[in-house]
Amino acid sequence: MEITRRHLLMLLPSAAVAWKYVLAGTPEAAPNYKLTEHWWGMLIDIPKCIGCGSCVRACAQENDVPEGYFRTWVERYHVADWKIEKPEVESPDGGKQAFPPNEESGGKNFFVPKLCNHCADSPCTQVCPVGATFSAPDGVVLVDKKYCVGCRYCVQACPYGCRFINPKTNTAEKCTLCYHRITKGLTTACCEVCPTGARQLADLKNPNDPIHEFLRTHTVQVLKPHMATGAKIFYNGMDGSVR
Amino acid sequence: MPFSSTEGASAGGERTTLLKDIEHLFRLALLMVIGVIVFILFRAAVIPHSFGQYGHYRGDAIKEIAARPIAFAGHQVCENCHTEVVEQKKLGKHVVVPCEACHGALANHAEDPASVKPPKLDTAVICARCHEANSAKPRTFPQVVTADHAGGLACDTCHQPHKPAIETSVKNVAEGKK
Repeated sequence: MEITRRHLLMLLPSAAVAWKYVLAGTPEAAPNYKLTEHWWGMLIDIPKCIGCGSCVRACAQENDVPEGYFRTWVERYHVADWKIEKPEVESPDGGKQAFPPNEESGGKNFFVPKLCNHCADSPCTQVCPVGATFSAPDGVVLVDKKYCVGCRYCVQACPYGCRFINPKTNTAEKCTLCYHRITKGLTTACCEVCPTGARQLADLKNPNDPIHEFLRTHTVQVLKPHMATGAKIFYNGMDGSVR
Repeated sequence: MPFSSTEGASAGGERTTLLKDIEHLFRLALLMVIGVIVFILFRAAVIPHSFGQYGHYRGDAIKEIAARPIAFAGHQVCENCHTEVVEQKKLGKHVVVPCEACHGALANHAEDPASVKPPKLDTAVICARCHEANSAKPRTFPQVVTADHAGGLACDTCHQPHKPAIETSVKNVAEGKK
């Protein structure tokens, strides 16, 4: 067939699309992990949390989190009688060395572990100007250290305060949901060491995951639902005072 | 009507001036084409191949983040070898407590049990992290004020951490009963 100008013009767009795939290369077949078969989240059972700080220590050790910074931390809430809108919240050293006995008597006291909510519609990935932070196809929000320019937009955008700038690398850092563990079939470091089972990793795309039964039968909330972030860290038994 | 009056004799001369006039346009077009090609080549060179594989980010970053080595082995790995501890834990309440919650990260030990030995634990510190009394802890969770309860003694003086409930005979001796 003779290629006329018309044919060439018609072929060019499809050739451009094909070339894009040539450049991208064939996706590497990870041994047992398929990105599209998972949708990760976590369940946090507040009535089970004893504020021992095991999760905070484990996270720091597993992920080399610099001293004084936290990818996960535990807060202690004190709600005096009816003052549900003004809880007293403390988190000495992120709860890493457990909590000193509280001075307040009366009222309501409880612990709330916090971490990145791995939002489905995350504000932090939306503001990244260089494509360094992104939501992976399995629902985990990650940071590409090599691409991050340290502009701090994402740190400011996260409504949960879950990001920080690593003082060594000067790049944004956050909970990866122990991506290097969950892709190997392990649970996260924080869930692994939780002595009471207050934290449980959940794969929302796995129909056999107990999370589905739990969500059906319990009163579960996410943090700041009015922000419409699509948070995937589910809190059971959470008091209305939790921010 | 500038073109209609001088038809014939000067037509050839006009054509050459017209061509001469538009020659710089061809040069400009050529420069633009070269510019676009250089831009496309430069763009292809500086943008990583995996960028855009899954979205507006570097697809390879996912593999790089997943490649990090682990620090916590996971209790299933521990239980493969330490079967006697598993049996002991089954008898007590600490059956639900994973090994590395107290013993710390031991993936190194799991990989090379002979040369990497887990450190000895100070029960006075480790146990207190969970069991020190605190009004924010769930009511049903066993708590003590360690200063009153143990008086400075390490917890494993009386309790066996893998099976923490004290057997009655030991308890009587400790409390001076018969």
